[in-house]
Amino acid sequence: MSHSALPVATTHRTAWLRRFSRFCRKQPLGAVALLLLALMLAAAVFGPQLAPHDPLATRFDAVLQSPGAQHWMGTDSYGRDVFSRIVYGTRSALLLGISTALMGACIGGGIGATSAYFGGRVDAAIQRINDILLSIPLIVAALVVVAVLGRREMAGVDVNLMAAITLPYIPVMARVMRSAAMPIRQLPYIEAARALGFSHWRIITRHMLPNLISPWLVMVSAFTAQTILLEASLSFLGVGVHEPTPAWGLMLSSVSVDVFTNAPWVILFPGLAISVTVFSFSLLGDALRDALDPRNHL
Amino acid sequence: MSPSDSSPHPLLKVRDLSVSFASETGDVRAVRGLSYEVRPSEILAIVGESGSGKSVSSLAVMGLLPGNAKINARELVFKGQDLLSITPAAMRALRGREIGMIFQDPVTALNPVLTIGEQITEPLKLHMGMSESQARARAQELLTLVGISDAPSRLDQYPHQFSGGMRQRVMIAIGLSCNPRLLIADEPTTALDVTIQAQILELMQDLCRRLGVALVIITHNLGVVARYADRVLVMYGGRMLECGTTATVLQQPRHLYTAGLLSSVPSLDSPLVGRLAAIEGSPPDPRRWPEGCAFAPRCPHAQSACRGETPVQTTDVGSVSACVRAPEMAAGTLSWTPLHSGRHTVAAPARRAADKGSLVELRDLEKTFSVRRGLWSKTAEVKAVGGVHLSIARGETIGVVGESGCGKSTLGRLLLRLEEPSAGTILFRGQDITHLRDHQLRDFRRQAQVVFQDPFSSLNPRQRISDIISEPMRVHGLVKSRAEAREQTLQLLNLVGLREDHADRFAHQLSGGQRQRIAIARALAMRPDFIVCDEAVSALDVSIQAQVVNLLSDLQQQLHLSYFFIGHDLAVVRQIATRVVVMYLGRIVEVAERDAFYRQPLHPYAQALMSAIPSVSDAAGTRRTLIPIRGEPPSPMAPPSGCAFRTRCPHAMPECAQQVPALREVAPGQQVACLKFA
Amino acid sequence: MITLLVKRSLQFVFTLWAVATLIFFMLRVLPGDPIEFKYLSEGGSVAAEQLQAQKARFGYDRPVHEQYIRWVGGLTRMDLGISVWSENPITEEIRSRFGITFQLAVVALFIGLLLAIPLGVASALTRGTWLDQLIRVSTVSGQSIPSFWMAMLVILALLSTTGWIPSIQEARFTEQPMEYLAQLFFPALVVGWRLSAVNARLLRSSLLDVLGQDYVRTAHAKGVPGSRVIWRHALGNALLPTVTVVGIEFAGLLGGLVVTEQVFNINGIGRLLIQAISYNDLALIQGLVMLFSLIFVTVNFAVDIVYALLDPRVRVH
Repeated sequence: MSHSALPVATTHRTAWLRRFSRFCRKQPLGAVALLLLALMLAAAVFGPQLAPHDPLATRFDAVLQSPGAQHWMGTDSYGRDVFSRIVYGTRSALLLGISTALMGACIGGGIGATSAYFGGRVDAAIQRINDILLSIPLIVAALVVVAVLGRREMAGVDVNLMAAITLPYIPVMARVMRSAAMPIRQLPYIEAARALGFSHWRIITRHMLPNLISPWLVMVSAFTAQTILLEASLSFLGVGVHEPTPAWGLMLSSVSVDVFTNAPWVILFPGLAISVTVFSFSLLGDALRDALDPRNHL
Repeated sequence: MSPSDSSPHPLLKVRDLSVSFASETGDVRAVRGLSYEVRPSEILAIVGESGSGKSVSSLAVMGLLPGNAKINARELVFKGQDLLSITPAAMRALRGREIGMIFQDPVTALNPVLTIGEQITEPLKLHMGMSESQARARAQELLTLVGISDAPSRLDQYPHQFSGGMRQRVMIAIGLSCNPRLLIADEPTTALDVTIQAQILELMQDLCRRLGVALVIITHNLGVVARYADRVLVMYGGRMLECGTTATVLQQPRHLYTAGLLSSVPSLDSPLVGRLAAIEGSPPDPRRWPEGCAFAPRCPHAQSACRGETPVQTTDVGSVSACVRAPEMAAGTLSWTPLHSGRHTVAAPARRAADKGSLVELRDLEKTFSVRRGLWSKTAEVKAVGGVHLSIARGETIGVVGESGCGKSTLGRLLLRLEEPSAGTILFRGQDITHLRDHQLRDFRRQAQVVFQDPFSSLNPRQRISDIISEPMRVHGLVKSRAEAREQTLQLLNLVGLREDHADRFAHQLSGGQRQRIAIARALAMRPDFIVCDEAVSALDVSIQAQVVNLLSDLQQQLHLSYFFIGHDLAVVRQIATRVVVMYLGRIVEVAERDAFYRQPLHPYAQALMSAIPSVSDAAGTRRTLIPIRGEPPSPMAPPSGCAFRTRCPHAMPECAQQVPALREVAPGQQVACLKFA
Repeated sequence: MITLLVKRSLQFVFTLWAVATLIFFMLRVLPGDPIEFKYLSEGGSVAAEQLQAQKARFGYDRPVHEQYIRWVGGLTRMDLGISVWSENPITEEIRSRFGITFQLAVVALFIGLLLAIPLGVASALTRGTWLDQLIRVSTVSGQSIPSFWMAMLVILALLSTTGWIPSIQEARFTEQPMEYLAQLFFPALVVGWRLSAVNARLLRSSLLDVLGQDYVRTAHAKGVPGSRVIWRHALGNALLPTVTVVGIEFAGLLGGLVVTEQVFNINGIGRLLIQAISYNDLALIQGLVMLFSLIFVTVNFAVDIVYALLDPRVRVH
């Protein structure tokens, strides 16, 4: 706690740069995660340039080839280049994973914060509904939604799949944000805002939500890990991304035991891709939580 | 070391203790060259404000500092044993056995999943090798010793089944369990109510005298020092500034900081002054100590010599002081006169003729809460406030006092309509605001504002100061442009004594006192007539409290404000209030004009409360008799029938259980709710 | 206490009813019904009267609210209707498969808790060191590996080393206990792995939190030796959040069961759910989802009780 004149942060940009380098120093695992994610983002964006082969091209004369100079990660049972499919698969993984987590976090976060703000009957009612929604285990809920909605493509993206992944997470995120928002609701500056006659909307959006950014960010990164896993599971079960779009979970689905015991690369690389991506988001979430923990400041 | 301060066989001898903490911005020196002694069976008080290093120094003695702490000392000897070179195992053996420690917050200091019995018997079994049954027997003895009745069954209970005061008694029992020679108590009563505080301190003093245990009390409260300590050590900026017997130091201070502190603390009995003689500025940041005397930057009498070495010297009255100008104080040529002292005394302001009609009127106000304790318990009804009848005139300051659970905060919130009353009416300027909603409520809000207790959480950490202050103006349409908002914001900053460049800062860049000023500026942004101060100075350092109290008084005069000042410190309330309201368990038990109240409170609870507060003048030997209140405050969920105070009242009569006494005027300007005055 | 147990039980029943209603209406959003799907998909053709007869047989020709009442009524009698796909009573289909899934879940839970405690404690106590980093990285990886992939890897590993994969149908517990456990172990390991990773992480942060509490400082001030502070004073408090998390993470456990059964070809209710979805058998899907929800809500109820027993603040007073 300083009392004498502290120089106000110089410029916005250098402050951010300083904060970033401090983050990398104190959270090396987080920095590693960021690096990995940056690589993946590059793969997603520059897929066509990076992939040596067409991921959809089937070549029945090059089925199940082991990794070599031509095909760095071998080929699958349709002769398609595994490496190229993995690179292209980054797109659906990141797109679906991040967008669903963000949407869920925005909606769920809003509900949770509002619930915490109003308290009393409103909170109890929302919580009750939440509990009911949460009674259905996540993957079961996603499966049901997918079964109910079927497929619907819009601009190359399966919108119903996105809904199937987002919807079950909304109650979960609402609950997480509510726990984060409850202590803030009790703080005097929120009471002061009430006493100053501000509207509910103003207090929630201008006073509560800005102070919830830290837990929200942690939640987004942690849950992106989960949405990616869920998408992979759904694709694996045959109800997620459909052929011929390359998706990592899909690459693992319907691979019989004979096939993968003789050609393990068919399952090794896609699974590794999923794991590394999920791992990076989890690490990032951890690192953010540590870095943003107010106890670590001052 | 000066001869007058040493004794032949001190229990604890500390010479030149320095403690620093490694942090990413370099070492932070919390204690710098502290030297003192503790003598057998004495009570030594270590006094200081935040950042003074008082707690850290004791934790260093106990070896309880975290891993990144570096301890250096020339000597650190306990009962002849060198604590600097001791092995960790031996130190652990010493801890709890020879030296006991009691911490500030009794609520978190005990393990919630272990029984009290387990926690008391543990050191007995560890250090004294007792068996389970022996330890249990001794534990029962200890509980009885600290005043907890029904010891055998209490031993099998859990901490959450004890109140705060009782938990502290348990902590004392644990501290004394192995018959230590030294007990260190770090702010042992700060988290407790005043009447419980008195009980605990009396208990500690009594036990230590009887058992011959030396007691070190770390505190910021000079009254506690005056009433209970034999000797006192004043710390500031990680150093000792003054040390000596209590009477000497408090009546004949030989350091300007001590003198300043004594002048800025409001008292219960000395003549009222218009403004407290406050110490300007704030305690220094441990990361950036000033050159020389740590107090020099705030001292109105600092000289160039103060920026150099300030060695500790013996004074004419037998104490030791690190003040370069001590000889002048001894000679009587130098005393504490701060830069802005108003030497005018203040009389209770006469009601202005123009203030016809009251500003606020409360009639039969009641507020009940439904409380649910955990998933598995039923909901209970708690009547937080009941039968409140009060009127507040313009320009008045109502000081509301009472202990936890008395409903004073709830009353404040009701006045602001942050809660809706369960029954009764609230009139503001004649308008019934009891059930107002929406835009009418918003209009009301412009006229009544609040300043909360905690300066650190009452400002939005993400908003700039200028936004914090200007937002209410903009939302209520009181300004027509950004420029106008800015102008008014700067005016307000000046009004509360802050510099204009603070406007673009964030709250975390300011000190506690500055933040509280911002909170006041925010409250004033809409030019209200009425401000509720909910313990507005209670969380501030002693030297800052006086500044803010002065500010509030000044603002009241300038802006003709009315205050509803909620506090637990009767001395502070005396400084600022024109009328005093005493509450107990949701009801008002006494209302009186300030002077009459402080001359002689009438309600037994008010009398006990007044006597329970230790005051600096206690050191002069004119100690007020402590009126003991037995027992604990009753739970608000199960209030006693009739008069709620009867369970602890020394004058209780059978009739007291039968009816709730009404508030009636028994002397001009004094109303009491007690059957004794019926 | 009794009144509160009753109150909680009523809540329990209400929740189940609400879930049943939710499921019912969610599944009715789909156009068409299972009969049409069964007979008309894949380009089949069937006479209209026959289709109608089948609908009548399974009750899909009735108006929606009648179907709903039938559904809820059936639930109370444990009659979930008849599967369009297999034409057997749904309760039968479930009963024949439930046992194996249940055993798998129990062993997985056991593994999940057993592995977590030493890892979590070690990680917290050696905070900042290489061991802590190693454990943290392992637990994060454990959470990141998709269950189905891990299942495949386990099978791959087993086949390459021992040439054997678990096939639970082949042994019964009473006859060949060791065989049986061995076959149960690997799928259960896959399912429980994630839970143990989550628990280990949670225990780590919970323990670190507890170690910073005042009452731990009091224990040190009493001269209690370090190991005792951890085991006697800290752990009891640190384990409490882990109990709650088991309830929440159980959903993940169920998810793991679904995919693991698929990979290991175990004929349990997880696999049945996938089949039900692929056959669009509404009644079966409904029944299974209700079952999963019932399990989940019951587990959480049990968790609440266990928590209340462990935490004196809830148990006493």
